[in-house]
Amino acid sequence: MLVNRKLILAHFWLAFAVFGVALTLGAWQMFIRSPLGTWLSNPELYYRSLTAHGTVMGYVFPTLVAMGFGYAISESALEQRLVGVRWAWTGFWLIVAGSIMAVIPIALGRASVLYTFYPPLIGNIFYYLGVVLVVVGSWIWVALMSINLRIWRKAHPGAPVPLAMFANVAGSYLWAWTAVGAALELLLQIIPVAAGLKNTIDAGLARVFFSWTLHAIVYFWLMPTYIAYYTIVPRAIGGRVYSDSMARISFILFLVVAMPIGMHHTFADPQVGAGFKFIHSAFTALVALPTLLTVFTICASVEIAARLRGGRGLFGWLRALPWDNPMMLALAFSFVMLGFGGAGGLINMSYQLDASIHNTQWITGHFHLIFGGAIVIMYFAIAYDLWPHLTGRELIDVRLIRTQLWLWFIGMVVTTFPWHWVGILGMPRRMAYFDFADPAIAPQALSVIFSAIGGFVLLTSGIMFIVILARGMRAPQVDAGAYRFAVAVHQPATVPVALNTHALWVALMIALTITNYGYPILNLATTGTSVPAVYVGAQ
Amino acid sequence: MSTGQAHGSVEVAARVERRWATIAVIIIVGMALLAAFAGIHRATMPQPRVETTDPSRIHLSGEFVESNLGSVLEANGNVTVRAIGQQYSFTPACIVVPVDTPITLRATSADVVHGILVQGTNVNTMLVPGYISEQLMRFTKTGDYLMPCQEFCSFGHEGMWGKIKVIDKTDFANRAKAGGRLSCVGQ
Repeated sequence: MLVNRKLILAHFWLAFAVFGVALTLGAWQMFIRSPLGTWLSNPELYYRSLTAHGTVMGYVFPTLVAMGFGYAISESALEQRLVGVRWAWTGFWLIVAGSIMAVIPIALGRASVLYTFYPPLIGNIFYYLGVVLVVVGSWIWVALMSINLRIWRKAHPGAPVPLAMFANVAGSYLWAWTAVGAALELLLQIIPVAAGLKNTIDAGLARVFFSWTLHAIVYFWLMPTYIAYYTIVPRAIGGRVYSDSMARISFILFLVVAMPIGMHHTFADPQVGAGFKFIHSAFTALVALPTLLTVFTICASVEIAARLRGGRGLFGWLRALPWDNPMMLALAFSFVMLGFGGAGGLINMSYQLDASIHNTQWITGHFHLIFGGAIVIMYFAIAYDLWPHLTGRELIDVRLIRTQLWLWFIGMVVTTFPWHWVGILGMPRRMAYFDFADPAIAPQALSVIFSAIGGFVLLTSGIMFIVILARGMRAPQVDAGAYRFAVAVHQPATVPVALNTHALWVALMIALTITNYGYPILNLATTGTSVPAVYVGAQ
Repeated sequence: MSTGQAHGSVEVAARVERRWATIAVIIIVGMALLAAFAGIHRATMPQPRVETTDPSRIHLSGEFVESNLGSVLEANGNVTVRAIGQQYSFTPACIVVPVDTPITLRATSADVVHGILVQGTNVNTMLVPGYISEQLMRFTKTGDYLMPCQEFCSFGHEGMWGKIKVIDKTDFANRAKAGGRLSCVGQ
């Protein structure tokens, strides 16, 4: 029962529009710093572009997808009209206002601090205020998801919360708490300095605050993808979810252990001691658990679909899968990229191995493969799946959709695999150009060219995606019926309270954050290591 | 399908799932134990201690005054290198060290966040203003190594490349006899 289609479409269209802009910037960056481009006479342009690319891809695009998808889940899984539509629109317009407010100083070169902020570099205050508005807008969504679930619970006492909504609300709580780290950094540290009220800032403390957000935000980006794995894919390919409870356990594990692990981003930092570095490393290993469980459950669910379609044998069933179905393709591509990206992630979080690749191009390759690859390809699949229900029109170009998904997959592999490789060779991140004539850097040139070509394949695929959706707005009308989610092989009649509610897990998430972050933050906040701010764009 | 069969399949499904969950937990615990073992037994771990400094005064007194930057041969035969990063260079811009010698790199930033990465090695540390980074290293081959700043430090970041020159042990010892702090300058 999708009633507020306009609201959901607005979120998706804004998400994909800003995605298109940021993707174009990304492709330009890949090109201009490769041997194919010529050195920028003004390298600062590169960092403007990089700040815009990161801010949009990190904060605006996935947040809008999660919000739009969340509203769709709330209405269709709960079969209940969205409560608080006016608030939802307020949240949407806050994000529009925040994005515009942030992008103007970026475009003027007054906020080239990258989306990771990096104090004591300080940019124009409107950049930070814009980001704050985006986050505040998304917090309205968090509240609405919680309120809508509460209303449903009252009407259905004791009934199992539909898996899609259970996961969606878990994701929203994760985001609410995750964003607090960066919010504290912005409100307590950066904004007072950007406003001129102070002129010193503790860079070490800021890095720890930011690590609180920086890792768990990845799991917030991941949530819509995992929800699609569990609740859309099995239905779309004619299978069943292998296990409803394992799905719930996976989402609960994400909620609890995605948070207290962010300091693995600071292994190479001098402001955190070895003890907390090790604790965070061990907890990061733990967050691999829900992914390992998910890989099993989804593969089993896919096998069910294959066997229902007459698949036989130990591996012969793979042939019986509906490979012409875009959802099947997207899932397969997503899993391949998740596999490689996940393996790379284990290296990044490793207490010992991190030093070999920290802050090299390996890291950029890694998160583009995981986020841009495994996660975003499922955003495409979600949009394709939802579109007829939102527009009342059919997406007729299935072949084009398949080509688009293939191109994204190929583009992502061609872009990120050489990217990882130059990282191993020691190529640093975030440089506007490289001296490929230097014999020590020359061996990296070919890999960088491959990455740049891959970037253009991705851009082509991204444009195709937007064209397909736009054409879908004018396609022949169709009655898409009610939007449904996958059902489990053994659909539960009752679910234990622990697997049906979030309170206990939210409490655990907060408690673990306090144990894993409380002491380092207090310690840093009381040592008094503030340093003079360095204002950018002021020269 | 009778209810008995349905029950059976639930149990089979749960059993397979439990088995996989157990394997997953074993993999993860194994990884954590391996990291702990390597960290404690082989002493391979990220920088363990936190030391602070005041970047607005480092040029005036203390460990990181200009005359103290560079490499010094300690009494026990080890080498200590002191360096700072500032927008957009390292001082010394070219660090000289002996081969096959335990080296302690002590560095900090004079302004914003920088990083030191030595290509072809796993020497890799952040320079955060207000804090001192310490990294142990040892080179097994002589030659020149590029040492880029690996963290965005504003508009000149792409130009911030240092170098490490690894030279023969006796050469280094001879140069160290004159006293003072060594760098590639005067080589």
